[in-house]
Amino acid sequence: MSKARATIYGWLLLGPAFVLLAAFTHWPAIATLYHSFHSTARRNRPSVYVGVDNYQGMIDDPVFWQALINNFWYAVGTIPVSVALAMLMALWVNEKLAGRTWLRLAYFTPTVLPMIAVANIWLFFYTPDYGLFDQIRGLFGLRATNWLGEPGTVLGCLIVMTIWKEAGFFMIFYLAALQSMPPNLAEAAAIEGCGRWTFFRRVTFPLLMPTTLFVLINAIIGAFRMVDHVVALTAGGPNNASMLLLVMIYDVAFRYWDVAYAATLTVVLLAILGTVALIQFVVLEKRIHYR
Amino acid sequence: MSEALAPRGLGRALETFGAWALAIFWIAPLLYCVWTAFHPPEYATKFVLWAPLSIENFVKAWNAAPFARYFLNTFALVTMVLAGQLVLVTLAAYAFARFEFIGRDIAFALVLVQLMIMPDVLLVENYLIMAQLGLVDTILGIGLPYFASAFGIFLLRQTFKSLPKELDDAARVEGAGVLVTLWRVYVPLARPTYIAFGLVSVSYHWNNFLWPLIVTNSVETRPLTVGLRVFTAIEQGVDWSVITAATLMSCGPLLIAFLLFQRQFIQSFMRAGIR
Repeated sequence: MSKARATIYGWLLLGPAFVLLAAFTHWPAIATLYHSFHSTARRNRPSVYVGVDNYQGMIDDPVFWQALINNFWYAVGTIPVSVALAMLMALWVNEKLAGRTWLRLAYFTPTVLPMIAVANIWLFFYTPDYGLFDQIRGLFGLRATNWLGEPGTVLGCLIVMTIWKEAGFFMIFYLAALQSMPPNLAEAAAIEGCGRWTFFRRVTFPLLMPTTLFVLINAIIGAFRMVDHVVALTAGGPNNASMLLLVMIYDVAFRYWDVAYAATLTVVLLAILGTVALIQFVVLEKRIHYR
Repeated sequence: MSEALAPRGLGRALETFGAWALAIFWIAPLLYCVWTAFHPPEYATKFVLWAPLSIENFVKAWNAAPFARYFLNTFALVTMVLAGQLVLVTLAAYAFARFEFIGRDIAFALVLVQLMIMPDVLLVENYLIMAQLGLVDTILGIGLPYFASAFGIFLLRQTFKSLPKELDDAARVEGAGVLVTLWRVYVPLARPTYIAFGLVSVSYHWNNFLWPLIVTNSVETRPLTVGLRVFTAIEQGVDWSVITAATLMSCGPLLIAFLLFQRQFIQSFMRAGIR
């Protein structure tokens, strides 16, 4: 097929998808950048170019910094634990332990639930007095705690829920990697008299490195993208203690209708996601491969 | 880990115990939800083995919100998105896999951008676009941004590329056109990938919440997840039994499908994850 014909066919086939992609990904991304340099249009006051005013306002906004810091701690709280648990789960499911189908089912099921359902289930545990946690505390004579209503505990509560939902999902990727590992590695190690722990530390763990990188990238994106439970349960409160970047964008845009400021915040979010993409690209170029 | 280094004796017993302890701990919140939903409210926190079973909570939940409509909306949404995705993604993936057209590499890079910046992150601008298109508060408005799935294009392109090119040439010799070749040769051979993508897509859109919450504002368009939100409120005297029943009901079909086709689900997620 000639290049010209291939070009015509190629673009005709790609066309429909590309138009939608441009309309709902590329164009909005550019429009976000544009709006971040303009003021929000209000009645009698059309949008005008304001330079970096929105960014200046953002830097001076303590809520923005709190959202950023919260998001950082939220990521730090969820990612290492869920990734470590995922690896442990995968190792256990991959071994021929008794009832491993059931184990896999138990680990994976939370992943199938919508985040909003997860929020409903955990809401009961966290409810003051009546909730499961307070009932258990009550047995030891401890006073009731408003887990989701206290600035000190709310982020931790959300982190626990997220770990519960995500670990089983990440387990799948480790399981896929473990199953593609050649069995003769372990056989050779056994002949050499290598112990299980040494084998894990020296062979399995390094071989899982590409998977770990992939999972980490996904987890970081998730920590900035998945905020359903926060919107539903706390809306960033109390006192912004559970405010995350995307929750703040939602709040600014759809409660205060400040499109310009929401766009400015979105630019920050896009910059973070872009950086993650860049890191992934650079590291993948180097290729963490041992085969 | 293979047989050679599998745990033995006491070690094996300990690991089995650990694995089961974690599993029970992990599934407990969901089991609790099932318990509360199927028992009268007075047993919500009392675990008595002979507590009477009842579906009263489901009846109450069903009557507390227009769930029939929400189910219909979610079904329509999920079906529409999947149908749209399958067509667009197949065509695009075929273009990338088999045509050396001008601008292919740039176009592919532009597609991959969506893997990082998904439509849910650009909710403000996408809302403005939907407003301009007059698609706010329509089911099409919820689904449209997801039709051109970069993830699907990527996944299917890999599969198409792995098929022998001779099949393509053979079909062409037979006089089959581009679309006929795609439909008769590529699509049937990529079945496992389609199933994997389909399951991932359906689960994602059944569960999606934030974007539908933004773009809908009436009962006629709201999917289940948004409808369920009514039950998520920290209030005094809320009826937990009804909340858990509503929650289970909303994820019921997906959960049952998952339990029935567990193996396919997990393999699909695995297949979709390896790229």
